[in-house]
Amino acid sequence: MTQLKEKLLSSFIAFEDQKNIDSYVHGIRTKAIKTFEKEGFPTKKLENWKYTSLKKTLNYDYKLFPSETKALEFKDIKKYLIDDVESYKIIFVDGKYSSHLSETTHDGMDICILSSALNQSKYDLLIENYFDKISKKDGITSLNTAFSSEGSFIHIPKNVQVDKPIQVIYFSTGKNESVFYQPRNLIIVGENSQVEIIERHQSLSENSVLVNSVSEIYCNVRSVVKHYKIQNDKTNASLIDNTFVSQERNSDYSLHTFSLGGELTRNNLSIIQNGERIESTINGITIIGSNQHVDHNTLIHHKKPNCNSYQDYKGIFGDNSVGVFNGQVMVEKEAQKTNAFQANNNVLTSDKATINTKPQLEIFADDVKCSHGCTVGQLDQNALFYLRSRGIPEKEATALLMYGFANKVLGSVGIPQVKNRINDIIAKKLGVKIGFDI
Amino acid sequence: MLEIKNLHAKVEEKDILKGINLEIKPGEIHAIMGPNGSGKSTLASVITGKEEYEMTDGQIIFENENLEDISPEERAHKGIFMSFQYPIEIPGVTTTNFIKTAINETRKAQGEKEMSAKDMLQKLREKCDLLDIDQKFLSRSINDGFSGGEKKRNEIFQMAMLEPKLAILDETDSGLDIDALKIVANGVNKLKSKDNAVLVITHYQRLLDHIVPDFVHVLFDGKIVKSGGKELAFELEEKGYDWIKEKIKS
Repeated sequence: MTQLKEKLLSSFIAFEDQKNIDSYVHGIRTKAIKTFEKEGFPTKKLENWKYTSLKKTLNYDYKLFPSETKALEFKDIKKYLIDDVESYKIIFVDGKYSSHLSETTHDGMDICILSSALNQSKYDLLIENYFDKISKKDGITSLNTAFSSEGSFIHIPKNVQVDKPIQVIYFSTGKNESVFYQPRNLIIVGENSQVEIIERHQSLSENSVLVNSVSEIYCNVRSVVKHYKIQNDKTNASLIDNTFVSQERNSDYSLHTFSLGGELTRNNLSIIQNGERIESTINGITIIGSNQHVDHNTLIHHKKPNCNSYQDYKGIFGDNSVGVFNGQVMVEKEAQKTNAFQANNNVLTSDKATINTKPQLEIFADDVKCSHGCTVGQLDQNALFYLRSRGIPEKEATALLMYGFANKVLGSVGIPQVKNRINDIIAKKLGVKIGFDI
Repeated sequence: MLEIKNLHAKVEEKDILKGINLEIKPGEIHAIMGPNGSGKSTLASVITGKEEYEMTDGQIIFENENLEDISPEERAHKGIFMSFQYPIEIPGVTTTNFIKTAINETRKAQGEKEMSAKDMLQKLREKCDLLDIDQKFLSRSINDGFSGGEKKRNEIFQMAMLEPKLAILDETDSGLDIDALKIVANGVNKLKSKDNAVLVITHYQRLLDHIVPDFVHVLFDGKIVKSGGKELAFELEEKGYDWIKEKIKS
C-alpha cells in the first residue's frame, strides 16, 4: 500500500514536468498531491470505508503510465458498446484517447476530451469556473486531481437537446502488466439543456486493472441529465468511481448504476441540490458472486426547499461476495418541503455472502417527508412454490424470481437499447431465458 | 386419473387431513365443499406438493403413479394444475415470460423441443380470445397490482396455456363479483373435455351453478363425511353446514 503511494508521489514531478506549469490547473494539481501525501489511500479506520478494504487491490505492482498500448479496432470493442443506437462516442484505451474509435463534436456543443480543453485558451474560463470545484478534497479524489489530464469533456450550452446519447468508455489492455489509471470527466450542462450519458469501464486485459475515476457534473437551471454507469468488468478489474453532481434550480438528474462484475467496485456518489424544485434520482442494481465486492456510498444533500430525491438500490449477492450500501441523506434547515425516499433491498443467495447496509439520515428541517427502508432476505417461498407448481424447476424458478427482483429497477431506464442490454446481461448472469414480449 | 387413499397430512405438527378417500376419473368434475378450517385448501396443497404439508399416511396415485416424494414441478409436468386461492404477485416478470418458461420447462421434462416463438404467440392469442383477455395484460408483471378478478382470470389463462389433465380450482370464486365469476367459469367449461378432470374446492354453492359438478363431497374435520350428486350442493346452500355437523355428532 505504501509502496504504491511512494511510487505515485515520486512520479508526480516527472508527470507534472510535461505539463504547462503556468496553467491554472498546475496549481490545483500541486495542492492535490500534497493532500494525497497527507491523507494517503483510505483505510478501514475511516467511518466511510469501514466495510471496504483496498489493501489487496493496492498490493498489485501497477504500471502508472502504461508503456505499450494495444491498438484496438472497432470489432474488438463492438460488443461493449450500445451499438444499436446512434451515439457520440468518447473512447479511451489505457487512459489515452482513441480518435479513430470515437465520434465527437464541436458543433454547437463540445463533446470531446479534457486534454484538449485544458490546452486551449478558449476553454480557460470554463476550466477556471468548473474544474475541481465540487470534487471532494479527500485522499482518493485528490490523487486523481493531482494526475488529472485526460477524460471526457462535455460542455452543452444552454437550450440544447443533445440529439443522441453520449457513450464514454474506458478500455484497458495492459498487455504484460497491471495498470492503474485515473480518468477525469468534466460535464457541464447548460440552462434548459438535455443530455444522456452512458459510461463504462472495461478491461480487456488478463492482468489486474485499477481505475480511480473522478467525474464532476454540473446541472444548470432546468437541465435534464440522464446518466447510466455500466460496471460489468472482468473479475481482475477494480474501480473506484467518484462522482460529484451539482444541481441548480428545477434541474433533473438521474443515475442508474449497474454493478454486475469486477473484483472490487466502490462508488462514491455525491449530489448537492443548490436550488429549489430539483429532482435527483439514483437507482442501482448489483448482482455479484464469487469473491466480488461492491460498495455504494451515496450522499444527497438537500440545501433548498421543495426538492425531491429518490433512491432505489437492489442487490443480489451469492457465493462469498460482499455488498455495502451506505446512503446518506442530509436535509438542511432551509430545505423545507423536502421529499426524500430511500430503499435498499437485498437478497443473499448464499450463507457466505454478506451485505452491510446503513441508511444515514440527517434532517434539520421540520416540514419534510423522508422515508428509508433496508431489507435483507431470502426469496419469497410462496412465490417459489407458485412458479414450481407451474412446472418451473426450483433452480430456474429461483433465477426467475431474482431476475424479477432486479428487473424492477430497469423500468425507469429511458433508453430502450440500454434497457435491453442490461436485461440481457442480467438474464445471462442469472441463467434465465427471457425472450420476446408482446 | 386421481386416486386418494386414506390420506393423512399435517402442517406444523397439526393434523389436518384425517383419512381422505377420493377417486376422480377422466371427464369428471368433482366439487369439495366444507366449512372453513375443514382442510379443503390443505387437500389442494398436498396434491400439488407444497412442502410445508407433510403426508403422514395414505397414498396419492395420479395416472397410476404414486406421487410421494415427487416435486411440485414434476407434478405439474405430469399434468396437475392448481388455480391458487391467493395468486402470488411477482413484480418484474411478465406473464408472457412466465408462461413461456413454464411451457418450455414442461416440454423439456417430457423430452420435447421448445415451442417456437411463432407457435407460442399464436397460442397466447388464441387463449386470450378464449378468455376475453386483452393481450396488453400479458406484458404486465405477474399479478402485480391486479384486481381480485384479474388475478383469478390470470390463473385460468395459465390453465388454458398449460392444458393440465387435472385442474384443481381452490376457492376460485372468492373475491369475484358475479360477472367475473361467469367469465372464469365459462373459461373452465370451454377447457373441459372427456380426457381431463376438474376438482372444484369451494365454500359456497354459487360457483357450482356455472361449473356443474358430477360429484359433490363434503369435507369436515379432515374427512369426507358425505358424497352425492350436484343436488347435495343445493342442500348445503339451503341448510348450511350445521346439519352435517349435527348428523356426525349423532
